[in-house]
Amino acid sequence: MTDSQTASPQGASDAVIDVRDVHYAIDGRPIFSGLDIVARRGLITAVMGPSGTGKTTLLRLITGQIYADSGLVSVFGHDVGTLNGPQLYAMRQRMGVLFQNGALLTDVDVFENVAFPVREHTDLPEPLIRRLVLTKLEAVGLRGAARLMPAELSGGMARRVALARAIVMDPEVLIYDEPFVGLDPISLGVILRLVKQMNDALKITSVVVSHDVQEISSIADYSYLLSEGRIAAAGTPAELARSDSPTVRQFMTGSAEGPVRFHYPAADYAAELLESPQ
Amino acid sequence: MSAASKAGVTELVRKTGLTGLFFVRLLGACIPALARPKLIIAQVYNAGARSLIIIMLSGLFTGMVLGLQGYDLLNRFGATEALGTAAAMALLKELGPVLTALLFAGRAGTALTSEIGLMRATDQLTAMEVMAVDPMRYVAAPRFLGGLIAVPLLTAVFNAIGLYGAQLIGVQLLGVDHGTFWSQTQSAVALKDVTEGVVKSVVFGAVVSLIAVNEGYHAEPTAEGVGLATTRTVVASSVMTLLLDYILTAAFM
Repeated sequence: MTDSQTASPQGASDAVIDVRDVHYAIDGRPIFSGLDIVARRGLITAVMGPSGTGKTTLLRLITGQIYADSGLVSVFGHDVGTLNGPQLYAMRQRMGVLFQNGALLTDVDVFENVAFPVREHTDLPEPLIRRLVLTKLEAVGLRGAARLMPAELSGGMARRVALARAIVMDPEVLIYDEPFVGLDPISLGVILRLVKQMNDALKITSVVVSHDVQEISSIADYSYLLSEGRIAAAGTPAELARSDSPTVRQFMTGSAEGPVRFHYPAADYAAELLESPQ
Repeated sequence: MSAASKAGVTELVRKTGLTGLFFVRLLGACIPALARPKLIIAQVYNAGARSLIIIMLSGLFTGMVLGLQGYDLLNRFGATEALGTAAAMALLKELGPVLTALLFAGRAGTALTSEIGLMRATDQLTAMEVMAVDPMRYVAAPRFLGGLIAVPLLTAVFNAIGLYGAQLIGVQLLGVDHGTFWSQTQSAVALKDVTEGVVKSVVFGAVVSLIAVNEGYHAEPTAEGVGLATTRTVVASSVMTLLLDYILTAAFM
């Protein structure tokens, strides 16, 4: 395992996503200070880290919604920061993104949500679109829910519809933003299997951003642990599990004590309690 | 000028500039959006057809009040036969476009802002961007064009119902001669008067729709943010409608 700030698999000539020495700050507050991440073709790459470490910001950098202050964000061999509007959209058509809350269009039903990217980007005839959409819905087990509205779906179902929508254009890369948050055990298991199946069956390169250590470790080929704007550790899930790094140990065991502070910086507890209000 | 006043002026200039830039982007997105008439028709229905009841009721009552007040005033000068002309002029040139725009801002403008704001808050706009679909073309432009088309149509409905309301009171209730009411109206109203009303309704439709879409698109993605944006839509639309009404009236003099 590489336990450094520049942890990435070596010999990554098959890198689909390559993030190198990225610095990014919001209102002067640094989010990333020299971040290095590589996602290789056909593998599931997990990006883990405590809440607030910039995992979602990383996804926004990769999809070109925001740009790094310095460093390189390369996707499919193109520097995202140098792409113009049409080039950026062409790049995004090769990607699928599963949002944390599904981000389904609320004014159309499940079928139309999944059909949305197809209708926008192709001129396929209606019968073909129907077959394509039903195939993807069948893959996530929701063909029977095609005519339900998003408001009628449970959280897990919405996530599966969003997954069907993310794969409907047969993307080369699938990016998952916290896919396991707030799911019951059954839905979680289903989503977990789907992520693995999509990767194995469709040979998709997957990037899963999550803080569900146990779940993500069971399917990831390579994992990165984000902490304080850098990679605190990287390696296979088994390598991370064996790590003796305090940061890795704390994250993997879910301990409140360790290098990652649980408490937000504050004045002395006892002093504040005893202080008389003005 | 105090520091607070300076900051207020700076903020006003900044917001005006941002709205102007958004308007330019919106116009750019309107050209490709015109190739998708289904999306625009859906928005004309959402913003326009769904506002019909409130517009028709308001038009009727406004016309009825015009009939009463107009009769009372004209009766003092023995000129009650001019009631039709007075009501038609007031409706076509002022009350129709202005009241329709104000009602549209309250009914459809707020709905537009909250809808787009909630789409922002629930990542729907971001999801579109990531799916390589420009939300300006898919969401903002059809809604803007829908409002732009709907307001002049609603104004025409408001005017027609308003004139009927004035006739109802003036002719049916207060005894103004039916033939005189309509013939005076027909002969006194010139094309210029109708044009003034149409121009005003188009301008108001554009401004109210622009404000509603802009506020929704840039709303803070929280419940409070969407609520504040909705309030700003009503306030800004109302003030801008009345301000532009004065400018356009002066321009048509």
